[in-house]
Amino acid sequence: MAKIGVLIETAENAVKETILGVITTAAKGGDVVAFLLDEKADTYKESLESYGVKELVSVSSQGVELAKQPEGAAKALADGVKTLGVTALLGVSSPKGNDLLARTAVELKAPLALDCVDLNFTDKTVKKSHFSGKAIATMEMTAEPFVCGIRPNSFEPEKQPAVCSIIDHAVAVENCDGVIVKSVEAASGKKDLTEANVIITGGRPMASGENFQILEECAQYLDAVVGASRAAVDAGYVPHSMQVGQTGKIVSPRLYIGCGLSGSVQHFAGMKTSNVIVAINTDKDAPIFTKSDYGIIGDLFEVVPAFTRELKKQELRASFITNHKPRA
Amino acid sequence: MRIYVCVKHVPDTAANIKIVGEAGYDTKVKYVANPYDEYGVEEAISLVAKAGEGEVIAVCVGSTGAANTLRAVMAMGVNRSILVKTDEQFLSSEFTAKILGRAIEKDGRPDLVFTGKQSVDSEGMQTPYLLGAQLGFPVVTGIMDFKLEDAKAIAQLELGGGVREVLEVKTPCIIGATKGLNEPRYPKLPDILKAKKKEIRQIAIEDLGLDRTDLCKLKKLDPVKERSSARILEGSTDEIVASLVKILKEEEKVI
Repeated sequence: MAKIGVLIETAENAVKETILGVITTAAKGGDVVAFLLDEKADTYKESLESYGVKELVSVSSQGVELAKQPEGAAKALADGVKTLGVTALLGVSSPKGNDLLARTAVELKAPLALDCVDLNFTDKTVKKSHFSGKAIATMEMTAEPFVCGIRPNSFEPEKQPAVCSIIDHAVAVENCDGVIVKSVEAASGKKDLTEANVIITGGRPMASGENFQILEECAQYLDAVVGASRAAVDAGYVPHSMQVGQTGKIVSPRLYIGCGLSGSVQHFAGMKTSNVIVAINTDKDAPIFTKSDYGIIGDLFEVVPAFTRELKKQELRASFITNHKPRA
Repeated sequence: MRIYVCVKHVPDTAANIKIVGEAGYDTKVKYVANPYDEYGVEEAISLVAKAGEGEVIAVCVGSTGAANTLRAVMAMGVNRSILVKTDEQFLSSEFTAKILGRAIEKDGRPDLVFTGKQSVDSEGMQTPYLLGAQLGFPVVTGIMDFKLEDAKAIAQLELGGGVREVLEVKTPCIIGATKGLNEPRYPKLPDILKAKKKEIRQIAIEDLGLDRTDLCKLKKLDPVKERSSARILEGSTDEIVASLVKILKEEEKVI
């Protein structure tokens, strides 16, 4: 049976949730071999094998801190891909994932497609966006192994218990100091937009950075991450890291709530693959209403707090029921 | 200082794209310089201005019409341009990188090479890496802050959630630019007029003597189905939000 590699990303001693769907997809093409670029394989073994990973390869290089040398990490990973004989290497199209996958593909002289939303192992094709989300391209990968980055949230993870063995793979890498990671700014503790299951976004009518607080309050009850339109970012209300759209983040959450968005082509390019889109706008003729699933014609400063109150009420009711179960 | 900037001639992101045949599209739309490449152009021009000497050269693989895009970046301050002509909008990333690399090598020795982090038409995100391999330069991409320090550069990128990574890069290097790096300038009329007199050297791909390789092949383009109009929820604000919560929980099961 073919072997399919998956590049594992971790955060705070856990496998990132976005990787699990990639593992599920990889399992459709063969036995899953997980590649890990740190030496804490034991920490992740249990969660990886519950999703079907058969082999967990811990890639390291004596005296080289791979996390700080992306060129060395790619060389070591490419070596692992060749040694283990995987026919494809998949990963998640996060900034780090894309960077490492691209460097590794160049090392392997392998076909590469990033930000894929679908993948077919039988005919070796992937589907990915073209023209800022206006078209979907089918690309053929003409050689094996090929490398493929998957857009976060494109595939639902499915549990599939397996027994996983750990393999240590040490590679000597030299002359890989063209790019060195000097520092990483302390984590903000916020989940990234691309990893969020629910996103609530504010547009220009938010009118100030402080007003984004009403979205933050609502986000608490939805386990959502708050985003912004380009207009709101350019007006200086919030940082660019919160921007959704063409020149910001490309997101694909289960639920996307747009507050005071006009619905520009460029914004939709960044969020049209969301499962459910809800739009709130005072202008009944706003283009966003022609491209969303549910629309509310109203002032976001009234609708959002009311929505938050409703969610809070339901949460209280739910916790009342769980806390006051009648005794059996 | 000699800085090369790779510029792609792409359909405007606001253009309506009509798919024609299996993998083609109606090319009678407005074209512009790839928006991410403009950040590279602006950065290159500012670096040369700051150094007080040097030149910025734009390199483009594109159709004859790409000359207009090159005029536009020359109006921003690029000194001259090289256009390698092709009628194919979607050359593979490997072949594009080979062409760009060879065209740059034939022209001179770069101190830096800027690209955009991706094009907005084929969204491949890999040309900077392939170009780096071609020229033997280190690569950083998705860069939103850039500084030169002697024989190295300090570049920053965003990892997500607002977290930034600071990289030290040996120069010469390839830098894939993104939003945040700078604000690309709008050319003034005298600059637009001056740009008309600047040089665009046109080269045929065949004259570069390259072997064509396509590791990834575009087989098909399909238009993305747009959603139809939203179901508008009606009633008082309280009624609307109550029905929204009900729909999201019970019908859509997304919360």
